Amino acid sequence: MPVSIRNSQDEVTAIIEGEIDHHTATEIRKCIDESVERIRPKLLKIDFSQVSFMDSSGIGLIMGRYNTMKIIGGKVEVQNPTPAIEKILKISGIQKLAKITKTQEVSK
Amino acid sequence: MSVLINETRMTVESRSINEGFSRVAVAAFAAQLDPTVEELSDIKTAVSEAVTNCIVHAYEKQVGKIYITVGIYENQTIRIKIRDRGCGIENVRQAREPLYTTKGGERSGLGFAVMESFMDKVTIRSNVGKGTTVTLTKQICGRCKND
Repeated sequence: MPVSIRNSQDEVTAIIEGEIDHHTATEIRKCIDESVERIRPKLLKIDFSQVSFMDSSGIGLIMGRYNTMKIIGGKVEVQNPTPAIEKILKISGIQKLAKITKTQEVSK
Repeated sequence: MSVLINETRMTVESRSINEGFSRVAVAAFAAQLDPTVEELSDIKTAVSEAVTNCIVHAYEKQVGKIYITVGIYENQTIRIKIRDRGCGIENVRQAREPLYTTKGGERSGLGFAVMESFMDKVTIRSNVGKGTTVTLTKQICGRCKND
């Protein structure tokens, strides 16, 4: 499983592990959407601390989840991006759609 | 472009599993320039974008070959050429625009924008019905200069 899900009442946290590209994004998307549809949370936190590589497919993944959460009246938060991921987030301007937060020090 | 020092060529099929293979293979070849972790990550990301474009767009409804040439040049420069014989791009200027996508939904439309910001130079040559060649160039400053 590339994603582990933790949920509390109104929140789902999806911790993604490994690489995010066009190839892996499909499976990751399915995992997250399954939980979101079942739980219908107010907040979806996507944690990137365990992601070793991400290209613009990761941005597409966040944008897609933003759209899903918008439909059910919820928000998306991007958690713990590594420096490499931060670089690509910056280009995308995704911070206008999803808050970027840090709950831990992420190494490299 | 200055003198070519070393070169490798590879051909992969346009299957999405090869996105990971292509970027890792190019990064392994680039390692001889002694790049920083960040430079290596930039190269991997740009290659991933270009190869994904071949799979998602160029060979959308078929499986075709992707030709990757990596050259190392005298002035610590790497040049990666990624070529397909797919559908070609009708409007290259439009394709380069950030957030422009023909796919919507899960595609961000940032492929070329990412390549441009992670590499020094990106050139696109495309002929409709014949294919596209994307050339990515980057000078590697490397660890020695950063230390």
